[in-house]
Amino acid sequence: MGLLDGKRLLITGVITDASIAFTIARLAQQEGAQIVLTGFGRMSLVERVARKLADPPPVIELDVANTEHLDTLAERVREHVDGLDGVLHAIGFAPASCLGGGFLDAPWEDVATAIQVSAFSLKSLAVAALPLFGESGGSIVGLDFDARVAWPAYDWMGVAKAGLESTARYLARELGPRKVRVNLIAAGPIRTMAAKSIPGFNQFEDAWAERAPLGWDNEDAEPVARSTLALLSDWFPATTGELVHVDGGFHAMGV
Amino acid sequence: MASADEIRAGLASILEEVADVKAEDVADDKSFTDDLDVDSLSMVEVAMAAEDKFGVKIPDDELPKLKTVGDAVAYIQSNA
Repeated sequence: MGLLDGKRLLITGVITDASIAFTIARLAQQEGAQIVLTGFGRMSLVERVARKLADPPPVIELDVANTEHLDTLAERVREHVDGLDGVLHAIGFAPASCLGGGFLDAPWEDVATAIQVSAFSLKSLAVAALPLFGESGGSIVGLDFDARVAWPAYDWMGVAKAGLESTARYLARELGPRKVRVNLIAAGPIRTMAAKSIPGFNQFEDAWAERAPLGWDNEDAEPVARSTLALLSDWFPATTGELVHVDGGFHAMGV
Repeated sequence: MASADEIRAGLASILEEVADVKAEDVADDKSFTDDLDVDSLSMVEVAMAAEDKFGVKIPDDELPKLKTVGDAVAYIQSNA
């Protein structure tokens, strides 16, 4: 008996086996879910990574900035599952000018890209997937990095994450009547490809394990994955618009 | 156990498939990023394909150390 027996999940954000979404996909299968992955850009890489899962899932292409991809998402998902109970949003991107210093110089076009792909995309994905949710609704979970404070190097990605947090609350408001819950996981730093591409990532990475009362292992995505699965399960039935910190307790400490 | 030439030829066919690198450009002194224009995500895919082809494990922290074709050939030869 698994936590997610009978659940059908759409999982975005797998790019390598170090992706947080990959660990989520792996544990979701262990807990009985049927999953469909989406891939962006490097489809052959995502398909190769998908084959490392116990039960290799279908991979469909999704660029969240591509209207045609979004408009056809529901029918393309339906080729593999007859509906959805949950969606994982693990999508973010910022051009190089937006990260690693130079906050005062990043041009609006680059900032706009960061916000579109990292924040507006939660709305785009939710709307595209909405026809797949049944009368009993479902759960949308997004991966976040706490945006209530400013970080070194994270720069406009932090602003985009603040947008993601607000978008999640508005979506919770809009989709509540459809019984669709929308929540975010504010994860501590994990050494994924995306994280390693942020110049200066080590600046907050090093501080984390020291300050978090539970400690923090930036090589282990499993705590984030387990909490994500809990939000995707039936065990948070009255929680929406929430930001759950899975960060070893870092956020609650002063110093 | 594959010879260095066999590994280099195998890598060349992977590089062609994954990153559109011409086989004749693949030589031991060529840097993946600087000479062959293979970016970090393509390197991940090349490594996964090489793992399947040569039965070798290339850990994530080992991959950035493989800067040239020669580095990769030597690593695969001594770890396969």
